Amino acid sequence: MFSDELEKISWEETTARIHSKTDADVRYALSKEYCDVDDFMALLSPAAVPYLETMARLSRKYTEERFGKTMSMFIPLYITNSCTNSCVYCGFHISNPMPRTILTEEEIVNEYKAIKRLAPFENLLIVTGENPAKAGVPYLARALDLAKPYFSNLKIEVMPLKAEEYAELKIHGMNGVICFQETYHKARYNIYHPRGMKSKFEWRVNGFDRMGQAGVHSIGMGVLIGLEKEWRTDVTMMAYHLRYLQKHYWRTKYSVNFPRMRPSENGGFQPNVVMSDRELAQVTFAMRIFDHDVDISYSTREPAGIRDHMATLGVTTMSAESKTEPGGYHTYPQALEQFHVSDERTAVEVEAALKRMGREPVWKDWDASFDLKSFSRC
Amino acid sequence: MEKLVIAGREFASRLFLGTGKFDSNDLMARSIEASGTEMVTVAMKRIELENREDDMLKHIMRPEIQLLPNTSGVRNAEEAVFAAQMAREAFGTNWLKLEIHPDPRYLLPDSTETLKATEQLVKMGFIVLPYCQADPTLCRHLEEAGAATVMPLGAPIGTNKGLQTRDFLRIIIEQAGVPVVVDAGIGAPSHAAEAMEMGASACLVNTAIAVAGDPVAMAAAFRQAVEAGRMAYEAGLGIRTDSFVAEASSPLTAFLDD
Amino acid sequence: MKISVNNKEVETAAVSLSKLIEELSLPLQGVAVAVENRLVPRAAWATYALSEGMKIVIVRAACGG
Repeated sequence: MFSDELEKISWEETTARIHSKTDADVRYALSKEYCDVDDFMALLSPAAVPYLETMARLSRKYTEERFGKTMSMFIPLYITNSCTNSCVYCGFHISNPMPRTILTEEEIVNEYKAIKRLAPFENLLIVTGENPAKAGVPYLARALDLAKPYFSNLKIEVMPLKAEEYAELKIHGMNGVICFQETYHKARYNIYHPRGMKSKFEWRVNGFDRMGQAGVHSIGMGVLIGLEKEWRTDVTMMAYHLRYLQKHYWRTKYSVNFPRMRPSENGGFQPNVVMSDRELAQVTFAMRIFDHDVDISYSTREPAGIRDHMATLGVTTMSAESKTEPGGYHTYPQALEQFHVSDERTAVEVEAALKRMGREPVWKDWDASFDLKSFSRC
Repeated sequence: MEKLVIAGREFASRLFLGTGKFDSNDLMARSIEASGTEMVTVAMKRIELENREDDMLKHIMRPEIQLLPNTSGVRNAEEAVFAAQMAREAFGTNWLKLEIHPDPRYLLPDSTETLKATEQLVKMGFIVLPYCQADPTLCRHLEEAGAATVMPLGAPIGTNKGLQTRDFLRIIIEQAGVPVVVDAGIGAPSHAAEAMEMGASACLVNTAIAVAGDPVAMAAAFRQAVEAGRMAYEAGLGIRTDSFVAEASSPLTAFLDD
Repeated sequence: MKISVNNKEVETAAVSLSKLIEELSLPLQGVAVAVENRLVPRAAWATYALSEGMKIVIVRAACGG
């Protein structure tokens, strides 16, 4: 389990190592075709800032070699905002006196239909809060079953599950799981996640092993930038985690995310650190140079400008026209969102922008028709 | 130099020697000595009743040397299992170099039979070191089946052509959770050094030493090459080009200045 | 009786495998014996009775890579 590996990596020492990286370390990492985590630290470090343009060039080269000039498109659907956790930064926080919704089957299908009217989305991400009693595995299984006639690739972003539960959902057509560790700083993890199941650090961090054991095809990882001041250390921990997972669960495809928190305008949780566009670009380039094959995903949290530019420099997966409230596409267009979307363009507008940048949006890039165990399209 | 550990046994030398093709047992023994090796492969053959030859074992048996019986001559998994049992009985060791090559011309390993035999032999308690194609996925399967190492080929056996499978060896080394021993094709000390610089755990050399003008001197040369390559790997190879200067113009990242 | 050793016909007076090894003056170490393609462990040689026409394989170490 990765928690055992993580015990052996000191947060403080890693932070010190990153900040002691020199110009020579950066040049060394840039000269290697295949980097290790130590090289990744150099590329991520302040010492690499003067090399941003070189990194951009390398990142584009590796991305085009592996992914061509394409962008895989997906759309999230929140089917419930009911949640028993109290994550200090999240709009679905249990003490937030907001109306809670668990979409009915009919409402879910209406959402699917509404999404299909936006653009030919085939990659759907089903998102929930954490309320296993009211919106647990059977509810998710039902949502997956209902999605089959509309989408060819189904992922979920839900609470960490047991390996058997992941295996069960695979039978219902789930081929990917996204789960953000949020932070790898174990001691401070509980400051951000004080109560509920999500307060259990090990249960969450070892969830990725359980996904791997269940043979989940695609695993998405992420650290929430804005929690730990030393975001470089957090992202380095994710790089260790990625290498660990690739070694142990080699049949699985991986994706990474670097969701940035913005300063809140109406009170609420203020991020401990705000990552600049330049820093986001650097971490993206560093990740691509470190791992030529990993999917790098930018959501609509990011503004249109940086999404369009980064589309040619390392990013391979994007959402568009996302609503982050349950039923946001049809049923409850006014409900309270989980976080604020920065890129508010329609999917059609995003598609046009990507084409202007010389990128071909791909709505359907994988078909489960050969996956004999899980998928038969109705 | 970091010690090599295979199945819990430590090896100070990362050079493994094959014992075929030497002019004499004496030359073989002196080459083994000069190489510093601690792992030596042996084959088995049927005793010829009317033609008793010198016992080659006495030339290689030393306390620091691990005998590695091979299954040379078998054509499928079933024969390999039989040969392995005979080897365990004859040499009193569980260690086994599994090699299955039904093709008598190029002696290329049979991947499907090798995997099948590895699964069975691991269950029977053997320490299995399979000789295999430089196939990263096959190596994953062999590791999952319980192989103690993987031994991918660098080039067809006996050709001395070096690391023709370089790109695949790199992937195997990157992915492996067990030691990677480059076997077959290593024809010169520079080939062995290259494999070690790439991060291979060890090299198995036979033909290049046995058929050299002076096998004993060549064994010493391989010893140094393997050590040099390993030390270079552990030291971290330096920068190869100096083209990565900070660029004054920034056509790709100018948008970040807006 | 006549038996086959490594595909060669051998006339022997030995009644057990261990007697046969002795008769052929083979070393006790570094060899393995199979009867009808099944390994016979060293410990069983003394009690393993020979019979007419038995097919025996005896192997020993050889050079090889």
